[in-house]
Amino acid sequence: MVRFENVGLRYGLGPEILRDLNFQIPAHSFQFLTGPSGAGKTSLLKLLFLSLRPTRGLVNLFGHDVSLLGKDEIADLRKRIGIVLQDFRLLDHMTTYENVALPFRVTGREESSYRKEVIDLLKWVGLGERMDALPPILSGGEKQRAAIARAVISRPHLLLADEPTGNVDPTLGRRLLRLFIELNKSGTAVIIATHDITLMDQYEARRLVLHQGRLHIYE
Amino acid sequence: MSRTDQPHGPLVDLGRERPQVPARARNLSPIVPRASIAGRALVAVVAIMTFLASITTGTVLLVSASAAEWQSEVASEITIQVRPAPGRDIDRDAAAVAEAIRAQTGIVEVRPFTREESAKLLEPWLGSGLSLDDLPVPRVIVARVQPGTTLDLAALRRRVTQVAASASVDDHRAWIERMRSMTGATVIAGLGILALVIIATIISVSFATRGAMAANRPIVEVLHFVGAGDRYIANRFLRHFLRLGLQGGVIGCGVAMLVFGFSESIAGWFSGTPVGDQFAALLGTFSLRPSGYLALAAQAVLIAAITAWASRRTLFATLDDID
Ligand SMILES: Nc1ncnc2c1ncn2[C@@H]1O[C@H](COP(=O)(O)OP(=O)(O)O)[C@@H](O)[C@H]1O
Ligand SMILES: [Mg+2]
Repeated sequence: MVRFENVGLRYGLGPEILRDLNFQIPAHSFQFLTGPSGAGKTSLLKLLFLSLRPTRGLVNLFGHDVSLLGKDEIADLRKRIGIVLQDFRLLDHMTTYENVALPFRVTGREESSYRKEVIDLLKWVGLGERMDALPPILSGGEKQRAAIARAVISRPHLLLADEPTGNVDPTLGRRLLRLFIELNKSGTAVIIATHDITLMDQYEARRLVLHQGRLHIYE
Repeated sequence: MSRTDQPHGPLVDLGRERPQVPARARNLSPIVPRASIAGRALVAVVAIMTFLASITTGTVLLVSASAAEWQSEVASEITIQVRPAPGRDIDRDAAAVAEAIRAQTGIVEVRPFTREESAKLLEPWLGSGLSLDDLPVPRVIVARVQPGTTLDLAALRRRVTQVAASASVDDHRAWIERMRSMTGATVIAGLGILALVIIATIISVSFATRGAMAANRPIVEVLHFVGAGDRYIANRFLRHFLRLGLQGGVIGCGVAMLVFGFSESIAGWFSGTPVGDQFAALLGTFSLRPSGYLALAAQAVLIAAITAWASRRTLFATLDDID
């Protein structure tokens, strides 16, 4: 589903922060992406989401060489990817419910066709009482759960999560991990970037470890 | 695209926790909030531009309508002057010329001016109380031409000079030409002003759009995140700009129509004054025909459409820069 060949990335004229990446993400797989802070986890997720272009090498996503894609095709591919970034990127003028429903809304679907699904998911992540609240009054953990709910609501083929348990307590962290596992069982390939060892110890999964710009894989 | 196309069970099973789903729609917020676009300034700009465009178009319509009226009036008339010549009786010459003109085909009415009437025509220039006996005043004969016929002017001239060598025939052609070129110049000036107004509108709208996009950049980025294409995003913005453009167009055009509607009564206050008479001569009655008002309305719609188009162009150009 995803294939990287000799991929390298640098910002501007800086050093190459990712070097010679060669790996594949099979469909339905589950993996943790880990490494020390500043190792390039976020950058790698952005490469996977096509919001960064590699400075060299080949990135193949869903069978497409991404260097050949136009803007509309990228938008279509992104509809198959869910992403949770560290800064959440919720829209402040929309309620939690509307933020989570956004992936459905931009496809032009009728609201009644997904309302129940969105509300169920919000309850599951513990935001049932906060559905009509605007993001500015949510706590960091609540925002994080809203961002996760938005990323998983449309059951993407590929889920990318950047430190998804960074702002929540261990109990809720386990609950969110279970959500990712459920999502994976229903067919989504999941990549969770984290340096939270206790989170990784809770689930036996493939580990991609970034170290000094290179990727080491522990199956 | 996403796997929701295929049948599946619920992602999360809440069991007995399952909530009652409210029936009311919850997607109430617009994706691009109205308040985030500095709309009032744009409405004002579009309103002013539409107003200027409407005044220009309306004036051009008035000028060309009253010019056309003049022309048809003047073109259906010819004027014959009989000059006094030594050794001839001017009254007899005038009568003979009038007879000769009457005989010409295409002439429907001949009206010779008497001595007193001719004197009246000269009064504005020479003052009253003048004795015409002291002056060699030419006699004027006005003939009305059958509308739709072209008069054989050469034949008429021949016939007239036969009976009175000192008579001259004037069909006002030079004067009509001057009128025509003045009307043409007014129309061209009007079109020039319209072009400038439209260019200024496009520039203002492009700036406003760019500003709105910059202010809403986070929203655009999130929309890209959830897989919205540029067309979808542009349309969210476009509906705001279309509304703003229509608002401005309606205000500007409405005020201009009121100006034309009231100008007739305003012109009434000034009638009799030299300025009022000048304007009345140039613009006729000031009153636009219904078709003129229709043209102004169509123009307002056109400006709203230009607003939307300029905004759309800028939107796509800006979206290309945002990722
Ligand atoms: N936009 C950017 N411009 C320049 N350097 C960047 C940018 N984003 C990240 N970096 C650098 O790239 C390296 C990897 O960052 P990041 O991918 O955020 O790592 P991680 O997520 O593992 O902490 C860091 O050294 C960081 O300073
Ligand atoms: Mg990071």
